[in-house]
Amino acid sequence: MAIVPKKNPMPTQAPEVRAHNFQEVALGYTAEIAMEEAARCLNCKNQPCVGGCPVNIHIPEFISQVKVGNFEEAYQIINKTSSLPAVCGRVCPQESQCESKCTLGIRFEPVGIGRLERFVADYHNEHATAKPEAPEFNGHKVAIVGSGPSGLTCAGDLAKKGYKVAVFEALHTAGGVLVYGIPEFRLPKKIVAKEVETLKALGVDVDTNVVIGKTLTIDELFDMGYEAVFVGSGAGLPRFMNIPGEALKGVYSANEFLTRSNLMKSYLDNPVTPIMKGGNVAVVGGGNVAMDAARTALRLGAENVYIVYRRSMEELPARKEEVEHAKEEGIDFRLLNNPVEILGYNNPDDPRDPKNGFVTGIKCVKMELGEPDASGRRRPVEVPGSEFVLDVDTVIMAIGTSPNPLIKNTTKGLEVNSHGGIIVNEDGLTSREAVYAGGDAVTGAATVISAMGAGKLAAKSIDEYLSKK
Amino acid sequence: MYKIVSRKPLNTTVTQMEIEAPLVAKKAKPGQFIILRVDEEGERIPLTVAGTNPEKGTVKIIFQIVGGTTEKLNHKKEGDYLQDFVGPLGVATHTEGIKKVCIVGGGVGCAIAMPVAQEFHRLGAEVTSIIGFRNKDIVILEDEFKACSDKLYVMTDDGSYGRHGNVTVPLKEMLENGETFDEIITIGPLIMMKFVVATAKPYNIPVTVSMNPIMIDGTGMCGGCRLTLTQDGKRVTKFACVDGPDFNGYEVDFDEAMSRNRMYMDFERHAYEEACNLFKEAK
Repeated sequence: MAIVPKKNPMPTQAPEVRAHNFQEVALGYTAEIAMEEAARCLNCKNQPCVGGCPVNIHIPEFISQVKVGNFEEAYQIINKTSSLPAVCGRVCPQESQCESKCTLGIRFEPVGIGRLERFVADYHNEHATAKPEAPEFNGHKVAIVGSGPSGLTCAGDLAKKGYKVAVFEALHTAGGVLVYGIPEFRLPKKIVAKEVETLKALGVDVDTNVVIGKTLTIDELFDMGYEAVFVGSGAGLPRFMNIPGEALKGVYSANEFLTRSNLMKSYLDNPVTPIMKGGNVAVVGGGNVAMDAARTALRLGAENVYIVYRRSMEELPARKEEVEHAKEEGIDFRLLNNPVEILGYNNPDDPRDPKNGFVTGIKCVKMELGEPDASGRRRPVEVPGSEFVLDVDTVIMAIGTSPNPLIKNTTKGLEVNSHGGIIVNEDGLTSREAVYAGGDAVTGAATVISAMGAGKLAAKSIDEYLSKK
Repeated sequence: MYKIVSRKPLNTTVTQMEIEAPLVAKKAKPGQFIILRVDEEGERIPLTVAGTNPEKGTVKIIFQIVGGTTEKLNHKKEGDYLQDFVGPLGVATHTEGIKKVCIVGGGVGCAIAMPVAQEFHRLGAEVTSIIGFRNKDIVILEDEFKACSDKLYVMTDDGSYGRHGNVTVPLKEMLENGETFDEIITIGPLIMMKFVVATAKPYNIPVTVSMNPIMIDGTGMCGGCRLTLTQDGKRVTKFACVDGPDFNGYEVDFDEAMSRNRMYMDFERHAYEEACNLFKEAK
């Protein structure tokens, strides 16, 4: 049989339509397309793709089932190692993970593993009727701090083994970055809610409105009878550039902008929580969060949305598909530009002018690429005298986040590195006995799947630790 | 869900509620705050803790109706429930080593100043309180302040009650007469706190101010509550939710904070009117 060189394209909403709504951009494969795509898999003996997956999904096995139309069987195979397939199928950077290892990819386009994973998970969510049942309690209680991808994964794995698990979440809705950060058009919130419901059916308690480090401390969790704690508190602290004008009205951290829109639903027509809509918007940064913020701003009615990034397209760290989608929607990429100041309105004759203090523009300097730096990427250097001003009303800083210090500050003996990341060993164990950590709280801002991998590892280590007790 | 155990209007626009939240009640200290949502689609609003009863598991909040959310909150009755209630957030007011303190509260800020004054009184410090209001009708918590203050000045802007003038008047008098304090703690409108700082400055008395910026999560995640301090000649950004809400008054850029607090003014006015109309229609 001849090899089909290209992946089956993902059906999507047309760019000119989706740029004005918050519904999901990618519509998902149909059963026919999925089976066709699955037929492209060579079913290699050495399974290189599996090694590229942080949670080692048995990829060729599940794809073989898709090929013959056994979608539920395919789901059960994925479910053995991954607890959030509907999420990962949507937000994993497959091009740098499983698909980058695909044998077919050496000469052609790799198999659309992520798209198949999403199809299988969606099929299951639509068709499955059986609810998972809570296994018999094994007598051990574990507390999980944070309900993001690492926490949910760790909770799921432990619950399946019979542990009584409680997940503590600071916000009012469970899901962490999956609900406050990633927008509806990329990851519908009902998918996250469904995953949380599945965990609850497994017997997991999800306690929202509890800030560990404030409402309760890690030590108090042990006093309450929890025998191990997993910290998956994420990297929630936004960074700013420390340039003049960042306190002006209209300057947001990407966290704030996305939280307002996603978690607080400011994207609705008549929102309860306000957000600046319309006008011209500059998003500073080039990662997935920058793409999410830019595309959210566009959907909120912005006339022009710029991505201002100091390096070139080649170094842009965002997931490829998001960059493509952003371009199609009309996001204007201003590459090799670095902001030096944010400008604001100031009426010297009228201190009460309501426009005072609002953003009017962002002053940037042009950059060129010099010698490679420590990260291996070519270091951007300023082109002297190349300053210019982009007229904008809103500036969104999407230049990264750091781990939240709340837990470190209230947990004696918990060691962190110079970036604030919790230090763990190869088992995910911190410097404190029975306290494990993983995800962005350890690594700083990374991906959903690597956080899930860390949650999985910690669940395994906690199980080994408590089984010996 | 969090039960409203009691509700008591303090004046026409300020209401006191006790909320059942045992974990918060056990932990909260003066100066800390909570975040609540009234209903399922509600906005998150920060309110400073006005007192706790750890045995009953309740937390007292006092709020002024300033927008749509507080208007909705005010319509909740005893026995009703709030959707969300999380805390305690922020850093508690620093009390160590302070033997003589002046508490300066303005308007609804007095509700936040009260537990701080009570705490100092409990710790045996000498407490002088100055509380200021626009007029007689909105004076709140006078008895509570009387009970925990060695000296109390009640001020009204229009002279309809207590002494005529704003809170800086008696403060200035005392300082001019050689009175001194280990610390002045001021809580109220930004403009008032700015002037308290200016009044104390010539006398080199430490001033702590309690900031009340716009915030969402209250755990350091959004950065919306950021403010600028000048420390050792350098401008530094701090988050009121995790670094505060108390700050050294001499370091705070009040003009910037006032400007930032007006970011959603039009939106808030509109939301307030809408909420009011909604309740009118319901009647």
